[in-house]
Amino acid sequence: MTDITLIQGVNQALKVAMAKDPDVVVLGEDVGVNGGVFRATDGLYKEFGEKRVLDTPLSENGIIGMAIGMALQGLKPVAEIQFMDFIYPAFDQIVSEAAKFRYRSGGEFPAHVVIRTPYGGGIKGGLYHSQSTEQLFTSTPGLKVVIPSTPADAKGLLLSAIFDEDPVIFLEPKRIYRTSTGEVPEGDVRVPFGKARTVKEGADVSVFAYGAMVPQSLQAANVVEKMGIHAEVIDLRTLVPLDVDAIVASVEKTGRAVIVHEAPKFSGFGAELSATISERCLYSLKAPVLRVTGYDTPFPYALENLYLPSVDRIARGIERTASTS
Amino acid sequence: MAEGSDGPLPLPYSESELQDALGSEWKALLTQGYRWMLFGRLMDNRFLGLQRQGRIGFYGPATGHEALNVGCALALAPEDWVFPGLREQLLALVRGMNLQGYVHHLFGDGMDPSLGRQMPCHPTAASVGYVSMASTVGTQIVQAAGSGYAQALRGKGGITVAFFGDGATSTSDFHAGMNMASVFNCPVLFICANNQWAISVPVSKQTAVTELAKKAKAYGMPGERIDGTDFVRVLSTLRSARKQLSAGKGPVMVEAVVYRMNPHSSSDDPTRYLPPGYLREARAHDPLARLEALGDRLGLLTPEEKERMRKEIEDEFRKAIAEAEVAPPPSPDSLFRDTLKESVWPLTEERDTFDRDQGGHFP
Amino acid sequence: MSEATDVPKEIMVRGFRLMVLGRTADERGVNLQRQGRIGFYVPMNGQEAAQVGCGLALEEKDWIVPAYREIGVALSRGIPLKTLFDQFYGNSSDVLKGRQMPCHYGYRDYRYVTASSPVGTQIILAAGLAQASVYRGEKVVSVPFFGDGATSSSDFHAGMNFAGVYNLPVLFFCQNNGWAISLPREKQTRSSSLAEKAEAYGFRGVQVDGNDFSAVYKVVRDARAQALAGKGPTLIEAVTFRMGPHSTSDDPTRYRKQETVASWKAKDPIEHLREQLLAKGWITEEGIEQVQEEAKREVQSAIDAAEKAPPPEPTTLFDDVFRDRPKLLEEQRSEFMELLKEGVLRP
Repeated sequence: MTDITLIQGVNQALKVAMAKDPDVVVLGEDVGVNGGVFRATDGLYKEFGEKRVLDTPLSENGIIGMAIGMALQGLKPVAEIQFMDFIYPAFDQIVSEAAKFRYRSGGEFPAHVVIRTPYGGGIKGGLYHSQSTEQLFTSTPGLKVVIPSTPADAKGLLLSAIFDEDPVIFLEPKRIYRTSTGEVPEGDVRVPFGKARTVKEGADVSVFAYGAMVPQSLQAANVVEKMGIHAEVIDLRTLVPLDVDAIVASVEKTGRAVIVHEAPKFSGFGAELSATISERCLYSLKAPVLRVTGYDTPFPYALENLYLPSVDRIARGIERTASTS
Repeated sequence: MAEGSDGPLPLPYSESELQDALGSEWKALLTQGYRWMLFGRLMDNRFLGLQRQGRIGFYGPATGHEALNVGCALALAPEDWVFPGLREQLLALVRGMNLQGYVHHLFGDGMDPSLGRQMPCHPTAASVGYVSMASTVGTQIVQAAGSGYAQALRGKGGITVAFFGDGATSTSDFHAGMNMASVFNCPVLFICANNQWAISVPVSKQTAVTELAKKAKAYGMPGERIDGTDFVRVLSTLRSARKQLSAGKGPVMVEAVVYRMNPHSSSDDPTRYLPPGYLREARAHDPLARLEALGDRLGLLTPEEKERMRKEIEDEFRKAIAEAEVAPPPSPDSLFRDTLKESVWPLTEERDTFDRDQGGHFP
Repeated sequence: MSEATDVPKEIMVRGFRLMVLGRTADERGVNLQRQGRIGFYVPMNGQEAAQVGCGLALEEKDWIVPAYREIGVALSRGIPLKTLFDQFYGNSSDVLKGRQMPCHYGYRDYRYVTASSPVGTQIILAAGLAQASVYRGEKVVSVPFFGDGATSSSDFHAGMNFAGVYNLPVLFFCQNNGWAISLPREKQTRSSSLAEKAEAYGFRGVQVDGNDFSAVYKVVRDARAQALAGKGPTLIEAVTFRMGPHSTSDDPTRYRKQETVASWKAKDPIEHLREQLLAKGWITEEGIEQVQEEAKREVQSAIDAAEKAPPPEPTTLFDDVFRDRPKLLEEQRSEFMELLKEGVLRP
């Protein structure tokens, strides 16, 4: 095995799934001839042809609506929305339709679509190529929300998503598309949903992160290590379903929790985590739960580096939480 | 139906014209069509009445749309799929949706195939290719494009029909659905049931174009406007449209002009906005009365036969309603099923807590 | 002005100057990105005649509702180069305070609305602006600028429909440059022209050679006059070609042939206008050289000034979310300042 990048992990998952199952089709803007603006779908058009790799007109509601219709017929569509910031025209199709089809039809019409979309900041993308709005989807029952942070997870979780039977929002941290590298198993090797990954063990503070905030948090943990603080870093991997057992076990062990995400703090997914921890682990807590997040402003362009949780800011948060008694 | 001098506009087809339009089995089709249209009319009367009595929570009548629904159902093949708007339940029944199941749905009881989760008139019937609908307007139109694409990709035949009203032509999913279906050459029949009113907004304020069928041109698609209250025209037009779609010639839009002879729904009061004269015009276009007059002219059914039909239909409703009224409500457990295929935390825990608080009866 | 009238000399010469200036600024914009001096750029190379022809046909008070590829329109409106380059650099002089990616600018003083990146959202805004103008009795038009790809967007559909229903003075200006990133126009939609989409909304659609400055100018003047006479909106499809990449992040060699690009090179809009002006004797070869030299100088001085300006003040991050900062945001700002002071955050 050789090292590949996170985006190559995505690409491999698509190739494996399409080779294995003729019902898997890919659709989106620029996904065919061009191989996707980030090259996630590179080579698919050549290998599987235009019937299974659709270059669509510029219409996000069109892409997701088409995908739902395909899914109702039993295909396994994987739709790409070019940037998560462009997903909103399809919001109606996602929350009113995909998320509710199974329930409203008494189970007769499950709408299993996978919606892949690059999300998050760090690429100088300004307001409209940077946002993290995972909480809009985690608060909609009927959707699964998955966020890999390594090439192996990108591949294994995407394969699980494609062969799942529910709609999956698959958020790809574009900032680490090419910087996150690692070995990836050959073939159809899936990573199950609902299982968090312990990135680094530690006894003093639990740090919960996902996506591009995982490597940032790991670096921050290494920084505080030098101060004698042993942080445990946990990559949640899937926000829905959430591995609540892993969260509880870690906080019961450390008694301290720091939550890191890029999205603004107010009503962010961290609020859900914090509430869950306080509901379940209050008597284990030795310090208030702390959130290190993006600020409650729209996403900036020139000042992006000050907006996103930096290694130092996360380290400061861990340090503060560890020293509270 | 007609009051005073307001007779139905005649359907002046000769026997040979009917033969040309509908083929040799035209008599049987007219009889079958009449029976189902009568069925639809009586159903609306019966269930709107039940809603007014507070026995069901909501009802969306389709009075005035019967020729379109029945004509379309008879033009389709079993492998075809239908993505309905709000007023196509009759079509599903003609295609074989179980009446008893539908009445359970209207009552929202435990025997409802969708387990009482949706408002009445939003049934699901996978067995007849009738897709569960949302209340949001227009979302089904683009899904139909995807469904048609999948049918063509699989190559096992079948077309997809998207139903929607005049109001839905303003939605983003109409725009996307028409464009996508045309670009990808999907076998989709787009049927706009133009009843001229989107709740209180007349079609003249919905769009500046006078004929909705012209919108097809913007997508490079053929569009045809027909009288949707003329059963013969509906059936013959949709049959040939289906033939064209099956031959892989790309999507077609049909604008069927109909009249909404009842309120938008049981929650609506059209006296607030309907201009004087609309209902008179609607009555002249009563599709059932028009077909009945044609049948009478051709001597298709005797008054006794029609009366027997009516009685049979009423009996079916009486029986189905009686059964639904004694059906149990959906089980509390069903609240927690089908959000995802396999339930996940925290829903699993919410279910357990709910059950514990209720005394622990869940399976 | 009627169709038959020729475009006056003054407009033609001004148009030429602006087109040259636009292309010069555009070429430098791409180079600055390639050199890592700015973060991103969206070139309009090839679309000069469509942009300047339309821009000059509008009046000062008309609303411009652009996408992100309209430097020719911005210059026609009189927005100074320095203002634009400050935005490309996202520096402290940038009116937008460095909040947007390069090319996503807008200036209230010029009735030039700020652009966003999602495609098509501006189209319906133009209907709203026009409705307000009508309500206030202002004799102005609103002009949304968009590409061929945007005709598939939901806000195109809504914008066109609303403008039709309310008979609004909107000129829908579609620059059909042949490509929506990698998707060619013929795969965007099956309609035989984009202009004919107007028929679906009950108003006029006109197709014009977007590389012919005077043709564009005349079509826009005419549509504007009709709109102000209460005759409703017009969809104008200016057929042109995107000579460069979609943006500096795009590699068009992956999806289109060099021959196609070359065939459009022969229809270069600046060349075309240059020949017309020379034929009419409205400009000399020396005059042209002077225009080119001036353009280079102006662009260089805008770049020099923009490059000198420092980045925006860090705390501006918290401004303009709302008119006033709510309590929690004020708290975040205080913490942020503390982290800056302690050196945890480094600008």
